Amino acid sequence: MSASPKTVLGWIGESVRRADGTPKTTGEFAYASDLQAAGMLWGHTLRAPHAHARVRGIDLSAALTMPGVHAVLTHEDVPGRKTYGLEFHDQPVLAIDRVRYFGEPVAVVAAEHPEQARRAAERIVVDYEPLPPIADPERATESEPLHPARETYETGHYLDDPRPNVVRSMRVVHGDPDARGDVVVEGTYEIGTQDQAFLGPESGLAVPDGEGGVDIYVATQWLHVDREQVAPCLALPEEQVRIHLAGVGGAFGGREDLSIQIHAALLALHTSRPVKMVYNRQESFTGHVHRHPARIHAQHHATRDGRLVCVKMQILLDGGAYASSSTAVTANATSFACGPYAVPNAHIETTCVFTNNPPCGAMRGFGAVQTCFAAEAQMDKLARALELDPIELRLLNALAPGDTLPTGQRIDGSLPVAEVIRRCAALPEPAPEELPRPAIRLPGGAGNTTRGEGVRRGTGFAVGFKNIAYSEGFDDSCAARVRLFADGSAEVHCAAAEVGQGVTNVILQVARTELETEDVRLAPGTTAAVGSAGSSSASRMTWMAAGAVRDACRAALAERESRGGGEVDVERVYRHRPTAPLDPETGQVGDLPAHVAFACAAMKVVAEVDVDLGLTRIVWIGTAQDVGKAINPQAVEGQIEGGTAQGIGLALMEEIQTRDGVITNASFTDYLIPTALDVPPIVSELVEDPEPDAPYGVKGVGEPPTVVSTAAVVAALRDATGRELSRVPVRPDDIVGLT
Amino acid sequence: MHGRVKISLTINGERREADVWEGESLLFALRERLGLPGSKNACEQGECGSCSVILDGELVCACLVLAAQADGHEVVTVEGPGFEHVQQAFVEAGAVQCGFCTPGLVVATAALLKQTPDPNEDEIREALSGNLCRCTGYAKIFDAVRLAAERA
Amino acid sequence: MDVLSPRTLDEALRLRAERPGAVPIEGGTDLMVDLNFDRRRPEAMLNLNEVPELRGWSRENGSLRLGAGLTFTEIEHSELASLLPALAEASRTVGSPQIRNRGTIGGNLGTASPAGDALPPLLIEGADIEVASLRGVRRLPLTEFLVGPKRNALAEDELIVAVHIEPSGAAQTFMKIGPRNAMVIAVCSLALSVDRERNEARAAFGSAGPVATLVTGELDGFADRVVAASSPIDDVRGTAAYRRHALRVLAGRALERCMVA
Repeated sequence: MSASPKTVLGWIGESVRRADGTPKTTGEFAYASDLQAAGMLWGHTLRAPHAHARVRGIDLSAALTMPGVHAVLTHEDVPGRKTYGLEFHDQPVLAIDRVRYFGEPVAVVAAEHPEQARRAAERIVVDYEPLPPIADPERATESEPLHPARETYETGHYLDDPRPNVVRSMRVVHGDPDARGDVVVEGTYEIGTQDQAFLGPESGLAVPDGEGGVDIYVATQWLHVDREQVAPCLALPEEQVRIHLAGVGGAFGGREDLSIQIHAALLALHTSRPVKMVYNRQESFTGHVHRHPARIHAQHHATRDGRLVCVKMQILLDGGAYASSSTAVTANATSFACGPYAVPNAHIETTCVFTNNPPCGAMRGFGAVQTCFAAEAQMDKLARALELDPIELRLLNALAPGDTLPTGQRIDGSLPVAEVIRRCAALPEPAPEELPRPAIRLPGGAGNTTRGEGVRRGTGFAVGFKNIAYSEGFDDSCAARVRLFADGSAEVHCAAAEVGQGVTNVILQVARTELETEDVRLAPGTTAAVGSAGSSSASRMTWMAAGAVRDACRAALAERESRGGGEVDVERVYRHRPTAPLDPETGQVGDLPAHVAFACAAMKVVAEVDVDLGLTRIVWIGTAQDVGKAINPQAVEGQIEGGTAQGIGLALMEEIQTRDGVITNASFTDYLIPTALDVPPIVSELVEDPEPDAPYGVKGVGEPPTVVSTAAVVAALRDATGRELSRVPVRPDDIVGLT
Repeated sequence: MHGRVKISLTINGERREADVWEGESLLFALRERLGLPGSKNACEQGECGSCSVILDGELVCACLVLAAQADGHEVVTVEGPGFEHVQQAFVEAGAVQCGFCTPGLVVATAALLKQTPDPNEDEIREALSGNLCRCTGYAKIFDAVRLAAERA
Repeated sequence: MDVLSPRTLDEALRLRAERPGAVPIEGGTDLMVDLNFDRRRPEAMLNLNEVPELRGWSRENGSLRLGAGLTFTEIEHSELASLLPALAEASRTVGSPQIRNRGTIGGNLGTASPAGDALPPLLIEGADIEVASLRGVRRLPLTEFLVGPKRNALAEDELIVAVHIEPSGAAQTFMKIGPRNAMVIAVCSLALSVDRERNEARAAFGSAGPVATLVTGELDGFADRVVAASSPIDDVRGTAAYRRHALRVLAGRALERCMVA
């Protein structure tokens, strides 16, 4: 639906202006919430007010007679499979006999005006029998199973744990897990629930095609996986469900799972009218999964001269009510638990549990954010115990190609950990600013709470890494289709979701480079014209789309040459090297690696903290990131700056709060994200160390800044305050010593 | 539902009329009744600035104006004239990612530059503190504001 | 739902008397959130934007009359900033520029939230609230106008017309705590002024009790008295313990600021 105009010259390595930049600044770019169709109705979702309840009955009669109402549907109206899910279909399209989280969809309404749909939804009478919620993840394994139908999950190899309510448990046993060092440091860390808080709320438009099928225009991260989940629920063959990418207002993992897709399609097919659904901000907080909150206990052993001997960690992740991508998050948290350091002996145990808290799944950093926060705090503790410079300690233990991860996987590609540490450490910090200063340049900002009283400055440093692309045997592919026309122009089809990260430019830059022409356009993303691109997630899309578009361009040129000219139309599917699951008993790799490749980043943060009030101002951030090869340096910087801001948010202010599973701050008034006064200037160094297996040497760049920034910010706060600060977001209470 | 309130207002220099439901915001009326979806619906509680428009010369959140309150008044939206240099600067500076905040920021930036043609960093940050961006970390947005100021 | 848009104060008062269910709306910065999120469906809205008598501010024999429709931007960027410095500082902390352009002092009084940013500075300046109805006009001190959390002394047929203040000229300041550096609802706030000749201070806090509360007294031990007057609670924005702690710090700093000013 969005415009894809022909764009200016731009090849790989150039900071090319965004192809969708101008229409996004003028308001012409069509986001999912902007769509309209003739005769359109508005859909609205009735959601559960309880975190856990039995549904004894639903009475629609009053709702059906409300003015303007065209349909009121429940699970009984789902013609096909009643459940869906990314990895397991464990989540009801509409609640069947039980609701397991606050805000779970129970019924959907279509009416002429959104207000009529809301009014009608209010008249639906649901007979709930509230049940005690499992709100504390520590108690999940002692509670009644939330999902009695365990067979739902037997499609995977994950649910071997005999305890109830375990989504996945994993153990990595590496070397001698009982090895002891001269110095031992220990800590318990807690990470609150973060929301993606993308600005464009979940939205979409479903249009019945008059022949029993449906077109769904939606903001998503992966068109084809949506179709795989939607079609069986609608009892339609996949060809009759066409999913088209509508403008995406940010994603960050939160659009991996379905939101309006099946609901809008059900209503559209039922009413034979186009149906639009737009969540409001409050609903959005219950309309997508969140970052897993975590509790981590860590014990680090080192020699007196600072070499890591052994790391032990127990990680508890709260997966919330449904599985979503929790199994993969569990693997990631476990795989990257120790940080980018050579660790000869390790024992890491991760358990991800079901609770009646909000469901958790993908968010930028995907398991590695939580463990980086704990592991880097441990490294600083160790440096203090050893009286070593924290940067020296990190350099001494930095992972390098040829080294082995605790999972037994050898680093056989690029991973310049020592270089990112050195380049980041070398960035000059700004000198302290003189007083007096305007309030907005002090902790507390516009609140005018200090003129310098209580303000201390601190510097923090952290390093983090994570995987690129999908892992553990997932068949990870991306298709691209290239059409060459007689006039020399070209059209590329690729279903890669442009979520704001700039994959549109990556595709165009690769195509221009390969085809040696500026005259390339990118067709709108749709399941109807090209194969799956896989998801815009896991820092994979640049790599995968570059590979697919490169291969398709080269094949198209070859075909044109073999035919001696004329128009050609070829599609190619790119795959990265194969991976395999970690051993369920030992967490070790077999013949194949578990992860494809890795990327790392180091970050230095200068913060000022008002230690009497517990308020913070981040002054400056410098970072060096391993980017493989920057296809578009300006866009890479944008990813680093934005990813860092999200980590600042988790460090200082962002947390979904719940009481017995019920969200108590589902608004932008009470779930706060950083403003223009909360994010400092960010200096970024792009470290280009090409990934040997990747097209053009690229690496994904979106996640490493988010992985590392929370840890680095809190390190600066610890330096300023001398406090332990073992929980994020750090609350003013923690800084002033009230906790 | 057909609106029962008829409003008549000037939008982007043109006289426009619409029938609105009494409880509708100006934002909903612009987006769904007047064919101007450029102002965005990110929070609908005045916390994000994505729906920023100029109402009688003042920067406001369209989500917090009752559509009927705009009757007889003058509204300029991101689709209106006078934003071109700011829009161009946003594209060049790399200030656009997902872009959902961009229309609001374009309008807020234009409002800032009208009052303060050569803003310093503090003035830029404070003036844009009501416009949330989740993608960029703001750095390139500040670059865009400076670029637009230089060129104006 | 109806929308009523009177063009004069008389007409507004008449409509208010005829339609007690009509909810007054000025800048909409509170009420529209309730409408957008389906929390409130009043039978009618009384749009006060078109009532000229509510706009602007004026001097009246050494005192100031602030119209109920005066916006926070107008306070921040007018001569009022030097006449009522704490109110101007508070105005600058209200929401965002967009909110300050629409939000009004009358709206803050009408909502009567314990977090209303204008309330503490008005309390320390001894503001009177002028309310009117077809029955007549009355003035009452702000301390009497605020009767509970989100409750004020406005009768069903009355409208808030203006705020009257005799500026004290005392050194004063306003501070507000939030979890981020802009655009926050107060975790707690404090306005404070010092009369150095009398060795007395006046303070009022927000978000640390059911209503914004005035505390006056001599300088010795004043910060403790401010904390003692508070009765904060734990909520999603902060803990009671932190609010007490912060009030003490703010009061200490504010006293120092005002003593050196």
